[in-house]
Amino acid sequence: MVLEKSSVPFFGTAEQKKRLMAVISEHKDEKGALMPILQKAQDIYGYLPIEVQQIIADEMDIPLEKVYGVVTFYAQFSTHPKGRYRISVCLGTACYVKGSGDIFNRLVERLGINGGEITPDGKFSLDACRCIGACGLAPVMTINDDVYGRLTVDDVDRILDKYN
Amino acid sequence: MVNIKINGIACSAPEGSTILEAARLVGIRIPTLCYLKDINAIGACRICVVEVKGARSLVAACVYPISEGMEIQTNTPKIVKSRRTTLELVLSNHRKDCLSCVRSGSCELQALCNEYGVNEYAYEGENPVIVVDDSSLHMVRDNSKCILCRRCTAVCAKTQVIGVIGANDRGFATQIGSAFDMPLSETACVSCGQCTAVCPTGALTEKDDTQKVLDAIADPDKFVVVQAAPAVRASLGEAFGYPIGTNVEGKMIAALRRLGFDKVFDTNFSADLTIMEESAEFLDRMNNGGVLPMITSCSPGWIRYCENYFPEFIPNLSTCKSPQQMFGAIVKTYYAQKLGKKPEDIVSVSVMPCTAKKFEINREDENAAGVPDLDISITTRELARLIKKSGIMFTDLPDEVCDSPLGTGSGAGVIFGATGGVMEAALRTAVWTLTGKPDSTPIEFTEVRGTEGLKEATYNVAGTEVKVAVVSGLAQAKKLLKRIKSGEANYQFIEIMGCPGGCVNGGGQIIQPAYVRNFMDIGKERAKVLYGIDKANALRFSHENPDVKALYDEFLGEPNSHKAHEVLHTSYKAQKLYK
Repeated sequence: MVLEKSSVPFFGTAEQKKRLMAVISEHKDEKGALMPILQKAQDIYGYLPIEVQQIIADEMDIPLEKVYGVVTFYAQFSTHPKGRYRISVCLGTACYVKGSGDIFNRLVERLGINGGEITPDGKFSLDACRCIGACGLAPVMTINDDVYGRLTVDDVDRILDKYN
Repeated sequence: MVNIKINGIACSAPEGSTILEAARLVGIRIPTLCYLKDINAIGACRICVVEVKGARSLVAACVYPISEGMEIQTNTPKIVKSRRTTLELVLSNHRKDCLSCVRSGSCELQALCNEYGVNEYAYEGENPVIVVDDSSLHMVRDNSKCILCRRCTAVCAKTQVIGVIGANDRGFATQIGSAFDMPLSETACVSCGQCTAVCPTGALTEKDDTQKVLDAIADPDKFVVVQAAPAVRASLGEAFGYPIGTNVEGKMIAALRRLGFDKVFDTNFSADLTIMEESAEFLDRMNNGGVLPMITSCSPGWIRYCENYFPEFIPNLSTCKSPQQMFGAIVKTYYAQKLGKKPEDIVSVSVMPCTAKKFEINREDENAAGVPDLDISITTRELARLIKKSGIMFTDLPDEVCDSPLGTGSGAGVIFGATGGVMEAALRTAVWTLTGKPDSTPIEFTEVRGTEGLKEATYNVAGTEVKVAVVSGLAQAKKLLKRIKSGEANYQFIEIMGCPGGCVNGGGQIIQPAYVRNFMDIGKERAKVLYGIDKANALRFSHENPDVKALYDEFLGEPNSHKAHEVLHTSYKAQKLYK
């Protein structure tokens, strides 16, 4: 039985699995080992899909639900992969009062995904973030390393088109 | 002892007691919602708050230890106000269909709101739309009634070491659910129902099959027979005001008859039948180099656990169907022939202390007559519901006895409902068979009795040493199986029951609120009922049951015969569900 837990199929390599197993055996017997294992697993895979969480659960002899509970508790963990273009919209106070909520909603509408998700073609992923220190340019979003400031909702379509 | 003052009254309590426990000793019940003794002590719900002189703020009595000279107030206006506000806030996000909710009357939230005069209009919460998970065969999860006390997740993860439900997400978005929010049916949930027995509200309930029963009874073309498991008679009375530990066997039978079943039988009969098959199987394994230790197979929660978590022990499982299924199989083969009816025209119903039995009736390889052995399985709670909604005055009923021929059970059969009971019943018959000396066979094997998680004993039977172990609750089962795997422990015969204490504590029994469970071993009280019935029974050995003897003479031949295997035995398969 395979559950579709992410719109993008999981392609873990043998090399990644080897690294994960090494991380698990390094931390396994420590108290509170789950957090460092999850952090390093996310470093290895970029995100924490069910396949990775199941390996961790099995190796640590704890329920998958326990792993998932921790993953969903902390904002730093993602169960979805990141896209080739990682869009991040600042919802910090300054950007928010300048209308970044509308920008975010426009992106949700345009891409057909929610925050934390990825488009089925693996091209765009969307996240909300807190202040990135560019309040003077509010509202702000970043796509990979490009920063876009003083945005209006209409700008969103124009910018996205650049990446097509 | 530690000297303290509670509400101005000087008293003392053992060191290490919590305020909650100390208050109980002087007759004060501090209200709780999230606390469950030995299972969940997280001080989260804040209903149990009390004032401690010198403390900065109100403290949670369920986790706060007493200390010498401590002065505690449990009922000041400040405390009452705090508890009221907490209840109002909990209630604001609770779907309040209290009029028809199956937990109305046994809901701990409802009882507290009533005590504190809290009505539902104080705050209107966000009440997000919740998808009810009714994917599994045995229970329904409705998070719109969940108060996030985490009693269910604690019992699932700690007592049963399953942990297929837990708290997901955080803050206001927190919800109890499975990994990746998958339906419960896709997880390795073993259907034990312990979560439904500890839920304070109507968020977790058994799947209600009472209407199916009523429909079958109302159908003139169907012949409807019912069996009731040993442990049901030890708990059913609790729903009608009897003290915990009251035997209501006679009234239970009378009530089943008044509900309109065509025949009222007793699972004690097929418990005896199970012993005939299981002890013969055990002796065969002992004498002919079969796989040992042999492990009992009566508990469908345990079977499901084995298939999912320890498939390497499947060859160790007795191939005997559970008493419920053996009963069903005999009804649709032997008894159908006797009646001159087609198995399709019989509806076979069971009343069980168990939610996993609802799962078990749908298992593969449980259809001796080519149709499912059992058609409907209801819990003790559902039977109580049926009795109430049918207007049957339970307390006024006379004591009646079961119909013949499948209504006779020995004392060995009835103790199946308590941890150690199957082992003891099997030993009675196995020892008798091996020694061939009925007079010198002991009746009571007290070493395997009691509510401890693990019991071990060694018996010398006709020159052969038999080492046995009895465990209940899956945490105990896991520990034992790991010790066997590592070679640390070695036995010939093991009894495993999925629920702690055995069926008397099954997930389908009458629900007792936390304030009762926290201060009383309810399983122990119910088990006393079963051992009492055993002691009072003229028949103490399964093989002396005349109905069982007749069944072998007329239909099955010998225990473990080819025919017996066809009808009474089953098979198991490793499962790969999310765990």
